[in-house]
Amino acid sequence: MDWEVVIGLETHAQLATHSKIFSGASTAFGAAPNAQACAVDLALPGVLPVLNRAAVDCAIRFGLSTGATIASRSIFARKNYFYPDLPKGYQISQYEIPVVSGGAMVIEVEGRVRHVRLTRAHLEEDAGKSLHEDFHGLSGIDLNRAGTPLLEIVSEPDLRSAAEAVAYARALHRLVTWIGICDGNMQEGSFRCDANVSVRPRGQEELGTRCEIKNLNSFRFLEKAIEYEIRRQIELIEAGGAVVQETRLYDPDRDETRSMRSKEDAQDYRYFPDPDLLPLSIEAVWIDRVRAELPELPDAMQQRFTDDFGLSMYDAGVLTASRDMARYFLDLLPCAENDAKLCANWVSGELAAALHRESLEIQDSRVSPQQLGGLLKRIQDGTISGKMAKELFDALWQEGGEADALIEARGLKQISDVSSLERIVEALMAEHPAQVAEYRAGKEKVFGFFVGRAMKASGGRANPEQLNAVLKQRLKAE
Amino acid sequence: MALTDTDLRRLARLARLRLEESEISGLREQFAGILGLIDQLQAVDTRGIEPLSHALDLEARLREDVVTETDQRARFQSVAPQVEEGLYLVPKVIE
Repeated sequence: MDWEVVIGLETHAQLATHSKIFSGASTAFGAAPNAQACAVDLALPGVLPVLNRAAVDCAIRFGLSTGATIASRSIFARKNYFYPDLPKGYQISQYEIPVVSGGAMVIEVEGRVRHVRLTRAHLEEDAGKSLHEDFHGLSGIDLNRAGTPLLEIVSEPDLRSAAEAVAYARALHRLVTWIGICDGNMQEGSFRCDANVSVRPRGQEELGTRCEIKNLNSFRFLEKAIEYEIRRQIELIEAGGAVVQETRLYDPDRDETRSMRSKEDAQDYRYFPDPDLLPLSIEAVWIDRVRAELPELPDAMQQRFTDDFGLSMYDAGVLTASRDMARYFLDLLPCAENDAKLCANWVSGELAAALHRESLEIQDSRVSPQQLGGLLKRIQDGTISGKMAKELFDALWQEGGEADALIEARGLKQISDVSSLERIVEALMAEHPAQVAEYRAGKEKVFGFFVGRAMKASGGRANPEQLNAVLKQRLKAE
Repeated sequence: MALTDTDLRRLARLARLRLEESEISGLREQFAGILGLIDQLQAVDTRGIEPLSHALDLEARLREDVVTETDQRARFQSVAPQVEEGLYLVPKVIE
């Protein structure tokens, strides 16, 4: 049977605010346990939540970036359940009227462009953390994360493969970091996905029974978990069984998902409007102000790079992988005679490799756009060869400084003038008359021998093209 | 709307309330009374009326994104039943 896979993602993006969504406690990562859990976060009697304006700002930014509708009036609701890292016994979230609804993301998988519709994005608070390590048979609770603002972004079930789900998650990650609403740090849990996965016979309208895989905090796990889940569901159905609607957890060590809770004991959250919070009103002027502050969005910039600079979609994608990457490229261009292709190759080649080796982000690059531009200029004017440039780049990376000074100091300047090259070639020919005779007798392989020797004699500095020309001309001459 | 004993037990479980068997029939009666009132409310024609989400006709006041709280952990934890290494300790829970 031919199966169609149907996937929708729920993504939690931790919003990059200084303080929590309903209290003035800090959201900084890595504090001592409970040092950033204030009376509101602890749900002590008598406290009241007050909404953080910056969290709403983030939600509006996201909505405008995805072509969504911003609700002029939205409501906060209580989602009720009991768990020790949720001190109030409910999570403040949004239910009936979220701040953002609709919108779409554009993804490209294997050359196919797809629009993924967004259902909604709502504001809510995060819970604390439970530590189940050994506390004499007890659990330890750290409430620093409790009350941290989250934007939960829900997609429609428009994704048709694990690869599409990953492409969507990556596009979303690029967008939320680009517009500065989330730091995107997946290890610290700032960006995490739940995947709703089901399968149905191709052509069938009705959706199959879905399973929800919780808390996938890397793109690799997202892909592997979905792939496993698809296989599991298809095998189950083909063996005559049926998928049970349930929540599952992915175990990366065993590369499998396993049941966490089934629908029978699925939570009934008994949502209702939170009487502690008045409706949130967002007026048009607020939306207009946020719109005016939005940067050029990554999709638009990627398109511009292909249109204006003649770069491939792929290259343009690499250069717009992050806003800092794009900024670096745009700063580099004028330093290198606006040769976009050369700049693109170096940024996505040598520079990216060097950053990767040292696990650095582009904004922490040891070679600035001005330094790299200085180097690229010397390739452009023929002072150095591409090969020398790579050496020089390593030197710039390790020692810093300016390309010109390094070229001078290391005697790396390429020998391009014909008379110098001729002197080298003539000396070689005088030294190896037998090989000259062989070449002239038609044994063209010997040419390589001369190239090698000449390069060596020039200390690797001979301009390869010029050298070839001089060699050809001299060897031919009787 | 009729409420079964199963519904009642489920509600109690969701609210973490322990129900004695002897309490159930009495509670069911009381609940039926409350649900009767709700049915009465539901019967009102609300076409054209905007749903009410708050009793006050006001909008949320917002705070600026500024950290105003300092570390008061020692004071908060002085009234907690059990703490260790800065953590609040609770009976073990694993899903």
